Amino acid sequence: MFATPDVLDAICAHGEAAYPEEGCGFLLGTVHNGRNHVEAVRRVENRRTEHRERRYAISADDYRAAQHSAAEHGLDVVGFYHSHPDHPAQPSATDLEEATFPGYTYAIVSVQEGTATVLTAWSLAPDRSRFEEEEIVRETPTSA
Amino acid sequence: MSTTTDTSVTVHIPTPLRAYTGDQGTVTVTGTTVGAALRDLVARYPELEANLYAEDGTLRQYVNIYLGDEDIRYRDGVETPLETNAELSIVPSIAGGRSA
Repeated sequence: MFATPDVLDAICAHGEAAYPEEGCGFLLGTVHNGRNHVEAVRRVENRRTEHRERRYAISADDYRAAQHSAAEHGLDVVGFYHSHPDHPAQPSATDLEEATFPGYTYAIVSVQEGTATVLTAWSLAPDRSRFEEEEIVRETPTSA
Repeated sequence: MSTTTDTSVTVHIPTPLRAYTGDQGTVTVTGTTVGAALRDLVARYPELEANLYAEDGTLRQYVNIYLGDEDIRYRDGVETPLETNAELSIVPSIAGGRSA
């Protein structure tokens, strides 16, 4: 995925703020040549009612709200992020089981004892059998 | 000749599935029920089928279908009737986490 430093910092900040629970949200941006260019993030409440320290959920209503908000800025929902408290920034079996459509970027930030340490990005393989790691390419913000 | 299968509806396609609809974010299909419209959708764009449906032919659990602003679960599911110019949206719900 392509992302500005502000986007990457925002993901890490949310992970730290949500600790010791899993924080989650949307990646908003555009798609060029099959690659997701993330221009903004949108925090969302973890809709799990229990086990929020190791599970997250984003509702369809939250997705619709994010899509409408993104569209107002000429953007789309291009992926999601969530944090792993005291756990590596690697997709878990649960992440794979719950994955939706290939093409979204799934960003994961590891938050160790309250501090974000590692941020990774992943995409679901076309056959849905595994996640494939995406390179995170830092982009320079475009001036207004 | 007018037929009951001529009900034309719009389907809003989520970002990653647009690769299978010619990069169109909205497409037009026909069907008098949600189920019929979705069948027409995958008939026109076959690569959508594996993304939307499980092997048993049911919609994948994370696939939500909205008619206007309402989830069809709160109506008649795939049997929900459609009128011409209705708008359907395919909306995923997202989940995961570090462990089960």
